[in-house]
Amino acid sequence: MTNKIYKVKAMTGGTAAAEFLRQAEPDVMAVYPITPQTPIVETFAKMKANGKVLTEIIQVESEHSAMSAAIGASAGGVRSVTATSSQGLALMHEMLYIASGLRLPVFMYVSARALSAPINIHGEHGDVMGSRDAGWIQIFSENAQEVYDNSFIAMKLSERVKIPAMVIMDGFHTSHTVERMNVQDDKTTKKFLGDYKPEKSLFDFKDPTSFGFLALQNSYFDFKIEQAEAFKEALAEYKKITSEFKITFGKSYDYFEKYKLEGAEYAIVIAGSASGTAKEAVDKLRSQGKKVGLLKIKLFRPFPYDNLAQALKSMKGIAVLDRAISLGAYPPIYSDVVNALRSADCGLPVSSYIYGLGGSDILQDEIENVFEDLIKWKFSKEIKYLK
Amino acid sequence: MNQELTKKLAPGHTTCAGCGIPVIVRTILGATKDPVIVSNATGCLEVTTTIYPYTAWKIPYIHSAFENAAATISGVEAAQKALLKKAKLKKSAKGGSAFGGKAKLVVFGGDGGTYDIGLQSLSGALERGHEFLYVCYDNGGYMNTGGQRSGGTPLGANTETEPAGLDSFGKSRNRKDLMEIVKSHGIKYLAQANVAYPNDLAMKAKKALETKGPSFLLVLQPCTNLWKFPTSRYVRLGRLATETNFWPLYEIEKGNYVINYVNKNPKKVEEFLKEQGRFKHLFEEKNKKVIKEIQKSVNGNWKKLVEMSGSK
Ligand SMILES: Cc1ncc(C[n+]2csc(CCOP(=O)(O)OP(=O)(O)O)c2C)c(N)n1
Repeated sequence: MTNKIYKVKAMTGGTAAAEFLRQAEPDVMAVYPITPQTPIVETFAKMKANGKVLTEIIQVESEHSAMSAAIGASAGGVRSVTATSSQGLALMHEMLYIASGLRLPVFMYVSARALSAPINIHGEHGDVMGSRDAGWIQIFSENAQEVYDNSFIAMKLSERVKIPAMVIMDGFHTSHTVERMNVQDDKTTKKFLGDYKPEKSLFDFKDPTSFGFLALQNSYFDFKIEQAEAFKEALAEYKKITSEFKITFGKSYDYFEKYKLEGAEYAIVIAGSASGTAKEAVDKLRSQGKKVGLLKIKLFRPFPYDNLAQALKSMKGIAVLDRAISLGAYPPIYSDVVNALRSADCGLPVSSYIYGLGGSDILQDEIENVFEDLIKWKFSKEIKYLK
Repeated sequence: MNQELTKKLAPGHTTCAGCGIPVIVRTILGATKDPVIVSNATGCLEVTTTIYPYTAWKIPYIHSAFENAAATISGVEAAQKALLKKAKLKKSAKGGSAFGGKAKLVVFGGDGGTYDIGLQSLSGALERGHEFLYVCYDNGGYMNTGGQRSGGTPLGANTETEPAGLDSFGKSRNRKDLMEIVKSHGIKYLAQANVAYPNDLAMKAKKALETKGPSFLLVLQPCTNLWKFPTSRYVRLGRLATETNFWPLYEIEKGNYVINYVNKNPKKVEEFLKEQGRFKHLFEEKNKKVIKEIQKSVNGNWKKLVEMSGSK
């Protein structure tokens, strides 16, 4: 039965994340401050200080230690979480691979932000894109509501397939912006998440486990293949979990959101908070009779190549808008979209645009211009900058 | 092998002949009857005990990376607290069954993983006051990677990254005073020990494991391979380190220093140095001043220690 006891609240992405954590009540949370992640950990710390959660909070001395402690706790068989941004995620980089390699379902929020140098604290996807090969589930959120909803899906998925997961929100644009959203009731959310039942735990003294082997040339490769297989499983499980989510909470989520793609000839692919602005551009052009639509990336790792190609292949042309730069190469989402189309034998023209680096604004008319370029068949191999 | 000794770390490991690391581990873990969980930094102990698909560990064990063994155990300790809170763990320390009781949490790291790259995560964990024992087995260098210098390498030692040569007498600086660094975190118990004195080590391990909050042991581990001496001289060499006052045995309990081994007539540090290939070059005429320098620093450190302990 679909849950009807939700409350409408005004929340930022950061407080929505903390609200999810209050309901999930992880056993351990490792915290270290960095803007624009701080609202998450600060809000949660207040919840703990007021006795609303039992969670053990570890005030680590760095993000490297945050992820290390989260790994230690997860190996201890309990639900463990952390949150970071930018430099913090970069500092954790080594440990991201160890969390995933040990098959520990650590859960993390990333309030995505630009990387130094030059230092910049504002929203961008450069940090999370740097982690895209680290063996983590990555889910982008457009707004506070999605931060909250994606968290349920990510945590459940992560525990089911034993892959750590990060729920991504755009620094400031989402983490600090107040929005109206629905918060589900505690009982239903707890029931949806269930208890975490680890396969292995350091606290099993009867059947002790060694975590963190040295794997030589004869076995390392197999470990990686096993992880790759788990990612395939994650793609299938994501579907199942979103159906469970729909049954419980009455909301449909897919691998990505299709916005007015039906009957569209030209589409933009985009992720994160700028999708809202892009949807308005679509609405405006649609009202002028132009056949445009949008595909919003949600599940980014594993990347849903087949489904995405199916959704886009009937277009005439596509533009991919990345909020990250991959120096010396095409940007990440563009590359994945082109790969998806290529592997579906679809040779559509695809243009690459980069926007919003270091928190720079993207305006609706800039997105409208991208559509106009598509309609005028102005494709180019050159990456274009919207700034 | 002795069944009792190998209850926690089995003989099926691949450390070099004459390596004392397993003795250190067994002596320390043998000092408690409680269940134990081990967190291990990357290094010799780790690579020689966990070659997939085998493990020499008969107790729960985690290796995550090189510089974070203390941070990893922080997470394990928090998990233990959470589990205790949820009453999944019985509070009794009997052990035996899954979640059978509160476990002792022990970290093993080499000197590289402790003096250098892991110092920050160790400092953080000590400051936060997690209940765990950190053991640094100090073989005076990055041995797993072939004998490079660390912040724990003694003055004058020949290492792969600070080698002796025409223009160099090897390590140009004294090692860090790790005991003082750790002490300054205000922890209740820390001690310096030596694998060549296993009874002393066991006594210290017991105290450390019974300490509320963090405790620390710095244990000398002569490395036959990279200190370059015959395996048959292993215990002898360890003893010489202490008999020359190069490696005094002492404890700092609630801030009070206790020396555990007092030499009436300490041997000259040369006796310790001359047995090892890594100091061979110091006996060349041009480097003899370095031996003097080492002796001076040994004497100075001993004097300080005696003053701190209030003995004469
Ligand atoms: C971040 C990182 N840097 C470097 C290494 C390479 N490395 C692995 S073990 C090791 C040496 C360890 O030295 P020590 O801590 O003294 O332990 P020992 O080898 O002597 O047991 C080094 C340098 C690594 N694994 N990780």
